[in-house]
Amino acid sequence: MSSLAPHKAGPAAGAARGPARRRRIALVPTLTLLLGALYCLLPVAWVVVASTKSGSELFSTFTFWPGTGLADNLSDLSAYRDGVYWRWMGNSALYAGLGALLSTCVSAFSGYALAVYRFRGRETLFNVLLAGVLMPPVILAIPQYLLLAKADLTDSYLAVLLPQILSPYGVYLARIYAAAAVPADVVEAGRMDGAGEWRIFSRVALPMMAPGLVTVFLFQFVAIWNNFLLPYIMLSDDEKFPITLGLYTLLEQGANTPALYTLVITGAFLAVFPLVALFLVIQRFWSLDLLSGAVKS
Amino acid sequence: MPYTKRRRLVSSAVAVALGATALAACGSSSDDGETQAGPVSLTYWTWAPGMDKVVDLWNEGPGKKERITVTVKKQASGDTLVTKILTAHKAGKAPDLVQAEYQALPTLVSNDALADIADSVEDAKGEFAEGVWQQTTLGTDAVYAVPQDIGPMMFYYREDLFKEYGLSVPATWEEFAETARKLKKAAPDKDLTTFSANDSGLFAGLAQQAGARWWTTSGDKWKVGINDDATRKVAEFWGGLVEEGAVDNQPMYTPAWNKALNTGKQIAWVSAVWAPGTLTTAAPDTKGKWAMAPLPQWNEGESSTGSWGGSSTAVTTDSGHKEAAAKFAAWLNTDADALNALAKESGIYPASTSAQLSGAFAGPPEYFSNQPDFYEKAAGIAKTTAPSAWGPNVNVAYTTFKDAFGAAAKNKSDFTAALDTMQQDTVADLKKQGFGVAE
Repeated sequence: MSSLAPHKAGPAAGAARGPARRRRIALVPTLTLLLGALYCLLPVAWVVVASTKSGSELFSTFTFWPGTGLADNLSDLSAYRDGVYWRWMGNSALYAGLGALLSTCVSAFSGYALAVYRFRGRETLFNVLLAGVLMPPVILAIPQYLLLAKADLTDSYLAVLLPQILSPYGVYLARIYAAAAVPADVVEAGRMDGAGEWRIFSRVALPMMAPGLVTVFLFQFVAIWNNFLLPYIMLSDDEKFPITLGLYTLLEQGANTPALYTLVITGAFLAVFPLVALFLVIQRFWSLDLLSGAVKS
Repeated sequence: MPYTKRRRLVSSAVAVALGATALAACGSSSDDGETQAGPVSLTYWTWAPGMDKVVDLWNEGPGKKERITVTVKKQASGDTLVTKILTAHKAGKAPDLVQAEYQALPTLVSNDALADIADSVEDAKGEFAEGVWQQTTLGTDAVYAVPQDIGPMMFYYREDLFKEYGLSVPATWEEFAETARKLKKAAPDKDLTTFSANDSGLFAGLAQQAGARWWTTSGDKWKVGINDDATRKVAEFWGGLVEEGAVDNQPMYTPAWNKALNTGKQIAWVSAVWAPGTLTTAAPDTKGKWAMAPLPQWNEGESSTGSWGGSSTAVTTDSGHKEAAAKFAAWLNTDADALNALAKESGIYPASTSAQLSGAFAGPPEYFSNQPDFYEKAAGIAKTTAPSAWGPNVNVAYTTFKDAFGAAAKNKSDFTAALDTMQQDTVADLKKQGFGVAE
């Protein structure tokens, strides 16, 4: 989420432009936000700088002074156990990409259904979901492991994907968004024109819900990308590890082996790129306002 | 796992339909493995780097002959791995072989996760020092693991700086304290060493040297002696040094600590046999300036040391091929070629006494090229390792150590009070877990 902070600072700074009296008041929030941005960005800056340092420079030279070891670090990381790092990166992309996509689909279906249809037990169902939002996924990891062990699915890609497909928060968000973005009139109009329910959902409601679903996708992508405990419990084969777990094994090598700090830092640095790229690419979908002009108000 | 496809389908359906109630039925699938007619394949959870290459030696050599193939699944070390093994064991899916630190063995055994392999590894016993082997039997007739590496503790010091300040290598802890004070007088900005409240293993090792027995059994009850006289002596000693400012109170393994070692701000380190590896990365500029000596003693003329680190290879109760797994564990930790490869690939210091002076250990580590008899001395020190006594909740004791001693070291306050906290919390946790505790 830290990558959102600088964007938030933008509009606040813009709002300061106005009458002189208001400008002085806006100074405080702007400063606060700048401080917040600094707080979030400083560790990132540390990772960026530290990844350029060689092992001997890492702890001995000035913290924010770039070192000379970036190329070596990169080639060492790629060479570590025949390039297993890139495999972890691919695994993370698979878990997060496919998982977030499936999760968004499930959220879209159920969110739309909960928002548009009236059926018995709808509110109960929704309340159960809300309870699920409050439940931290971490405490479910071990029961999920025991369950998947019964199905003989542990230590497989499915073991990590399946539990993350249903995201209560995603469903919740999709329902709220569908209720606000898909007016009952539009659905009614579709029915009058003779469209089936599937057609109404896929052709009318889905485009209207798109900005909300993009949010769900991003949230879920980041959540899966950063998830640690679930894959940690589920997987034992390090060829299937995501990046979080892989880097952890580099850190915890046993008492008599020094941790591979330079590799971990360089690895963490590279692992940020896909997330930043994703945010930059998908950001523009947020500004799409499909609602405008759909209904006369 | 000899699951057929149909079986898998059935069990998936059962799992989906019954959820958690179906948890009990799984363990049966592995029983048909004890007859070693066909080829056997084993999985092995380990964190040692390069272990896959060592295991390849087995798979291509003796393993091929015996038709036992081992697959390494590399893990992260530490207490979290114990949790992971126990979780997998609950589902009946623990791997055949696991790497486990000595202090984790009682936890694993009390959860019935480790198999007794006494019959299969009998011949290996002679390869190890008695104090080391005793850790894998937990004082019973059973054998729960084969020792792999050990970490006998030693005293490391900057030879050049000791000469410069006219210090001599302390033979007793009393002399150690004197040395620290003398250095402080000669160079107030320097410290002999630091007391790190982050490293429970170090404190446990120091207490072990002093003769502490933290966990013992009397009848079918556990007895916790974390605040026994020996440990109290150690805590008071270090607490006193920290309080008067004779040694530093900052944790180890931080950038600041690396820097202190590298620049000569700290000129000695109480550590273990694996220190050369750590010093190579922590203090690269001081290579060749360090020397190693036995740990200072509590009484003149004694020779005893503690251990910091070390691990073993164990066979789980979930394994369908316990005998084959035990055969591999014994080979890995006693075969000369295997131990050579372990030293080369994983950088371990072997528990096997015959390997401590051969192969990679014939000459000194590169960092200590100035001390040609490094490993001869180390092997001698390793023989003097005091017996250790681990219990089923070492992790709890270690966590409270970090909290209580961390605060005490920072505030330079009473270490014995911190020790009492550690004792109380450990006893309370044992009781909570349902163990009988003798007061």
